Amino acid sequence: MMTWTDLLTILPTVCLIVWAMLMLLAGLWMPKRAEVIHPFAAILGLAGTGAALSLLAGKGLQGFGGMVRLDSYAVFLDALFLVSGVLAVVLSPAYLKRVGIDQYEYYPLILLSLSGMLLMASASDLIMVFLSLELLSLPLYVLAGIARPKLESEEASLKYFLLGTLASGFVLFGISFVFAATATTGFAAAAAAVQAGTAHMALLLAGAALLIIGLGFKIAVVPFHFWAPDVYQGAPSTVTAFMAVGAKAAGFAALLRLVLMVFAGEAGVIVPVFAVLAALTMFGGNLMVLVQNNLKRLLAYMGIASAGYMLMAFVPFANPAVQADSLASALFYLLSFALASFGAWAVLVSLEQADGSGMEMVNLSGLGRRAPLLAAALTVFMLSFTGIPLTLGFWGKFYLFRTAIAGGYTWLAVLGLLTSVLAAFAAFRVIQQMYFKPGEPNVHPSYWTTVVAVFCALCVLVLSFLPGELFTLAVKALIGA
Amino acid sequence: MIFGMNPLLVVTLFPLLGVLVLLVLRPQWKNALRWTALATSLLTFGLSLWMLGLFNSADGGIQMDLNLPWFYLGGTSIAFHLGVDGLSILLVLLTTFLTPIAILSTWKSVEEKVRGFMIFFLLLETGMLGVFLALDMAVFYIFWEFTLIPMYFLIGLWGGERRLYAAVKFVLYTLTGSLLMLAGILWLGLHAGTFDLTALTANNTLSLTQQLWLFGAFGIAFAIKVPMWPLHSWLPDAHTEAPTAGSVILAGVLLKMGAYGFLRFNLPLFPQASIKLAVWMGILAVIGILYGALVAYRQKDAKRLVAYSSVSHLGFVMLGLFALNTQGISGAVLQMVNHGLSTGALFLIVGFLYERRHTRELNAFGGLWKVMPVLGGIALVVTLSSMGLPGLNGFVGEFSILLGAFGANPWIAGAAALGVILAAVYLLHFFQKLFLGPVTQEANLTLKDLSARELAVIVPLLAVIFWIGLYPKPFFTLMAPAVDKLLAVLQAASAAMH
Repeated sequence: MMTWTDLLTILPTVCLIVWAMLMLLAGLWMPKRAEVIHPFAAILGLAGTGAALSLLAGKGLQGFGGMVRLDSYAVFLDALFLVSGVLAVVLSPAYLKRVGIDQYEYYPLILLSLSGMLLMASASDLIMVFLSLELLSLPLYVLAGIARPKLESEEASLKYFLLGTLASGFVLFGISFVFAATATTGFAAAAAAVQAGTAHMALLLAGAALLIIGLGFKIAVVPFHFWAPDVYQGAPSTVTAFMAVGAKAAGFAALLRLVLMVFAGEAGVIVPVFAVLAALTMFGGNLMVLVQNNLKRLLAYMGIASAGYMLMAFVPFANPAVQADSLASALFYLLSFALASFGAWAVLVSLEQADGSGMEMVNLSGLGRRAPLLAAALTVFMLSFTGIPLTLGFWGKFYLFRTAIAGGYTWLAVLGLLTSVLAAFAAFRVIQQMYFKPGEPNVHPSYWTTVVAVFCALCVLVLSFLPGELFTLAVKALIGA
Repeated sequence: MIFGMNPLLVVTLFPLLGVLVLLVLRPQWKNALRWTALATSLLTFGLSLWMLGLFNSADGGIQMDLNLPWFYLGGTSIAFHLGVDGLSILLVLLTTFLTPIAILSTWKSVEEKVRGFMIFFLLLETGMLGVFLALDMAVFYIFWEFTLIPMYFLIGLWGGERRLYAAVKFVLYTLTGSLLMLAGILWLGLHAGTFDLTALTANNTLSLTQQLWLFGAFGIAFAIKVPMWPLHSWLPDAHTEAPTAGSVILAGVLLKMGAYGFLRFNLPLFPQASIKLAVWMGILAVIGILYGALVAYRQKDAKRLVAYSSVSHLGFVMLGLFALNTQGISGAVLQMVNHGLSTGALFLIVGFLYERRHTRELNAFGGLWKVMPVLGGIALVVTLSSMGLPGLNGFVGEFSILLGAFGANPWIAGAAALGVILAAVYLLHFFQKLFLGPVTQEANLTLKDLSARELAVIVPLLAVIFWIGLYPKPFFTLMAPAVDKLLAVLQAASAAMH
């Protein structure tokens, strides 16, 4: 029987789903003129969910026999998801109107995908992981193709769907192996089986490998990253902004919890794998950023490289002295990444033309003069991605590298730091294009996209002066607390 | 204390006040913007003199200490810790002294985007002061990296023809070094459990191997900034392409950040590694001295010539530092100031000529003495000061450095002395090409001599050039106790090694 506590643990997810359903139904009956109401309704739903979440925060609820845990880790990530949901919704109306996307399903789909992300953050059972993975991905596949009949958008949708299902397949296959090894799908029960020595180690490792690959697709680490630039490029910019942060963070949410709770005993095998993946991703991601002339692809690779840095700090997770920092530094960086990423996409949203063009590096020429606020904001985001001080990204990297060095992986940290030079080259190329190259960019800054860009830029700058509070927040976001 | 405020905090943050005023002013009010920036930098200079007044030159330790806790990260506290001692006070004064001069030099040369220029310039001043005053490694790093951004824009927006290339090269070179330093900072902070420099110096538990690694991590960052041969290749481009005021600050102050880094981090924190590597650093310094001088002689562009002369001069500074004795180190500190004054003045002279003729080719000039006697006279004094003529500032510094270097290693010092002769060769070549001989080009016949504003720019430099040359004692007095303290650390490390 479902208890009251069970319901409470999934209340945020339920809120979003119910609200999305209501919006879908209402959308059917709503006259065309009233469509301005959709974004407001979506914000209202997100605010309501946020309120529900704030009431449940700090209680450490567990539901469905431990399958769902609304611990402080989940709450931190849920808050991040909700904020990115709000930012995505705020970015959308002007953009959708300009590029002629006229589907009222857009906002409910965002809410549905968010509900999956929220569930993912609390999922403590493999079945739950799979369910939430599908719940967050399916609406994203549709959203990627929502600019139909634009071919690029449809292609992106199909590509995302095919590779997404492949990833899901890996995850599902991995789940079956873990189940075969431990006779359970629950994280805690599986860990207990490993502790007790009743688990079949070879099967468990095979399951771990498959799960890491499956989730590796979702967080786009090299070599499972190649779909990301194509999908990011083809999908409507606001959708990309949303999934670049949301889907990546959700993938990390599941991966970190899974590894820490279930596979901590297999660190001997998993750590070298993570070290190699992190090194490949930091190096490969940043190397490929260098040669991008399309801004959407550029941001895609910057996102890939960022995943590499987060993975790097997670490499020494098995060392009890740094485990808390591993988790906290990843969460902290996720936050700084989310702000910079959303802000940067907001600038790109203002640059995209109705036919999808305007996304090349040359289209930035003269932006410093034409749209000083947007250009300054994009400069801040680029510096934050690079990790230049007085941006939140600097403290993010500072903490990540500190964790890696504290865990004894100085070589990995030095590699990561040196790849930051490549990132800097790419970032300064963008800045140079905006300020030093003359041109008349075709930019459509709507009020709200500018607000998002400036808001994110101010957060990135101002929060860099008070990182202490955020560090504390991230450190407190522990699994199971 | 004004209103109980720490003088260092006031000096460091005062330029930001000017930035705020500039942000309020309209971009078209060019003169108002210029005067605001100049007034801000002059007031900052005044405040730094007030700081000097409060400074006790008999004390070799950190003074006017300001330690504001900032936040904790994994049990380690990071604090906004500022302090000044005899090693940094001269560089602080150099910064606040050169900034108004550089700003005043832009009256005619910067006509576009004046507001942005002045904002970046004042931001840069705060960044540089922060570097010299920070005593927490994280805060030091923040200021260190922060100086990159304004300088990048100063070169990229107001620079010469190849400014894009020069700006990016400047950033990437410096950043590569800085990131290695960040790895070193993080490692050291974790190892010692503190980011505080005073605590690190007081309680040093590093083994020789650890010191050598850290020396490398920090040393590469600083060596790029100095720049030491063979990491110097960003410098000629950045200096040549930067606007005159930018070159003055680049050569005058930014390069000193590298030498200061060696002084503040490598020597006191990794003393055993410093002793082990002193000979090698000395050899690199001498290569830099000779290489810089030889390449400078072959330049056709006056600004590039001055840029390469910096490589040579900074070689002397590094030679002095790694002599690891009193004369060497105090000579090096003084020579940092001297180089800021003389090379700053040389860049200004080239800038005056460029504003008049829009070329920097040595061959485009000649015989200017007849047309511009005042500039000619000033240029002669500056050239001779850069060469190290007795009675002018360069001599005091170089002589002290060579004295120290002879004490450490006569062979290296002998080779370095050759650099003094080579300096005479390229600098006299520079002066002769510009000012002596007949006037070969007609355009040069009608050149106007220095205006009152231009004199106001360069005369203060000349005054200090003479002051240091004739009466250097106050400068040595300021730094002596701090140098002694540093040497005590080095001697203790040397004793521990045997």
